[in-house]
Amino acid sequence: MIRDVALGQYIPGKSGIHRMDPRVKISLTFLFIIFLFVGSNYASMGVMTVLVAGILLATGIPLRQYFKSLKAVLFVVIFTSVLNLFYGSGQVLVQWGVMQITEGGVNRAVFIALRIVCLMLLSAALTFTTSPTELTDAIERLLKPLKIFHVKVHEIAMMMTIALRFVPTLLEETDKIMSAQKARGADLESGGLMQRVKALIPILIPLFVSAFRRAYDLAMAMECRCYHGGEGRTRMKVLKAKKSDAVAVIGALLLCAGVILLNIFLPGTVR
Amino acid sequence: MDSIQNEEAFIQTESVTFSYGETVPDDVLKGITMQVKKGEFVALLGHNGSGKSTMAKMYNAMLLPSGGTVYAGGMDTKDEALLYEIRRRVGLVLQNPDNQLVASVVEEDVAFGPENLGVPTEEIRRRVDNALKAVEMYEFREFAPHKLSGGQKQRIAIAGIIAMEPDCIVLDEPTAMLDPRGRTEVLRTIHRLNREKGITIVLITHYMDEAIGADRILVMDDGKILTEGSPEQVFSQVELLKQHQLDVPQSTELIYRLRGAGADLPDCVLSVEECVQALERIRPDFSGKQAESTRKGGGDHGTD
Repeated sequence: MIRDVALGQYIPGKSGIHRMDPRVKISLTFLFIIFLFVGSNYASMGVMTVLVAGILLATGIPLRQYFKSLKAVLFVVIFTSVLNLFYGSGQVLVQWGVMQITEGGVNRAVFIALRIVCLMLLSAALTFTTSPTELTDAIERLLKPLKIFHVKVHEIAMMMTIALRFVPTLLEETDKIMSAQKARGADLESGGLMQRVKALIPILIPLFVSAFRRAYDLAMAMECRCYHGGEGRTRMKVLKAKKSDAVAVIGALLLCAGVILLNIFLPGTVR
Repeated sequence: MDSIQNEEAFIQTESVTFSYGETVPDDVLKGITMQVKKGEFVALLGHNGSGKSTMAKMYNAMLLPSGGTVYAGGMDTKDEALLYEIRRRVGLVLQNPDNQLVASVVEEDVAFGPENLGVPTEEIRRRVDNALKAVEMYEFREFAPHKLSGGQKQRIAIAGIIAMEPDCIVLDEPTAMLDPRGRTEVLRTIHRLNREKGITIVLITHYMDEAIGADRILVMDDGKILTEGSPEQVFSQVELLKQHQLDVPQSTELIYRLRGAGADLPDCVLSVEECVQALERIRPDFSGKQAESTRKGGGDHGTD
C-alpha cells in the first residue's frame, strides 16, 4: 500500500519530450511555472493553460496518470480557491451575512486553482518523462556555476542519486517493519493524532537503524569501486543538447514574450 | 618487491594480524600467511567470527593489517599511492545485494566504477555492455535495481566490479542473503568468470557445498588458518572440522559415518553423484532405478 505513493515516478516512453535534454526540460519547467504567476488576465492565462495541456498530450502518457498526481493536491486546490472566493472586491454576486462572494473573488479563485493545477501538471510532466538519473545529472550541470561559491555540486547530485535509489528500498522496508510490528500487536490505525504519532515510533526507530547500516555498507561498496568524489570522474552518458532542444527554447521564449505582451495590452483580471 | 617469493601468487599475506582498536582485546586475525595464485578459485571457509570477512577487506586495502603485510598483484596494500590501483584490480563484492548498488538504473550502476576511474565515455559504454553480458544480465540493463531478484542484484554487483576490469574478485558471503535459485545463479556466474576470463576468485562463505567447486579451500577458525588444501583433502578431515563446529557436505559425512561402521567405501566423497556411485559399488542390488528413486524421493518425503 505504501508503495503506491507516486513519488516523482518516471514513466519510460519515446515521445519528443522524453528525448529532450533534461537541462532544457528543467529550465523550461521553471520558466513556465514563473509565467503561470506572471499571467494576470484570462487571455495570458489561457495561453499558459493551452501550453500545459499541449505538453501533457505531447508526452504521450495516459492522462489518468496525471489525474493521479493531482489527487494529492486536490484538497489544497479546493481549500485555497474557496478561501479566495471571499476575498477580492468588485460586484457582489452573493451576500451571506458578513460573507460575500464578489466577482473579483471568483476570478481569484479560478486563477489560483488554475495556477496550482498547472504547476502540479507541469512538474508531473517533468518527472514522468525524465529518469531520476537524468534529473540529477541535469541538476549537477545546471548548478555547476555555483562551484565558484564553493558549493559542493557533485556531492549534492550524488546524494540525490543515492536518495532516489533508496526510496523504493526504504519504502519496502517500512512496509515490512509495519507488518512486523502489527504482527506483534502494534495498533497503528486507531486513536487520536497523538496516539498515532506515538505508534509510529516503533516503526521509525528500526527504519533509522537499518538506514544507517545500509549507509555504512553502501559507503564501503562505493570505496571498493574507487569512488573518491567528483575529481577526475568521467560519465557514461554525456548530455548533449540537440537542435530540437534549441527550437523548444526559442518557442518557449516567444510564448513567454507573448504572455508579457498580452499582460501589457489587455487589462489585468487579478491584482 | 623482493619479499615476494612466488611469482605466480596474486594475493599474498605474510603473518597478518589485525585488531579492531585497543578497546577490543582479542586480535581478529592472528598471523595469517596465505597466498592465492593467479587464476585460481579459492574458497575461504569459516563460521561467523572466524575472521574471514575481516580477511576479505584486507585484500583490497579496505582494512590495513596491524602487523604483517598484504600484497595484491605485487603491491603492498599499505602504499597509499597505489590505493585505487589495488581496488581496481581486486574487486570486493559484499553480502547484501541491496546495499551496494548506487544508481537507480542497472547500467548506470555498472558504470559507476569505470566512471570513478576516469575511463573515457565510449570505453565505459563498451565495458558496461561486456560486463552485463558476462553476468547474463544484459537484457535488464535499463531496469531499476529494486525490480530485480536478490540473485540478479548480486550479479549486477559483480558486473559493477567486472566493469573495472579487475584481475581478482573477492566475494564476501555473496549468497548469504539469497534464495537457493539466486545462490545457484551467482555461483554459476563466478565459476564461469573464473574459467572463461581467468579472473582469480576468492569466495568467502560458510556454506560447505559452495566450496566443493573450488580449486583450493582454506579453512579459518578463530583468526587462524585451520587447514588448507584441495576440497578432497580438506573435507576428508571430518574429525578436525567437527571439532571446530564446521560442517562437511552431507554426502561426505554419510560416507564418513558408513566407513566408521566398517563399510568398504572410498576415502572422500564430495558430491551427491559420487556418493550414489560409491554406494552402488558396494551394494549392486541397490542400484539402478531403486537408487534413482531414493535419491529423488529424498526431498519429497515430508510433503506426501
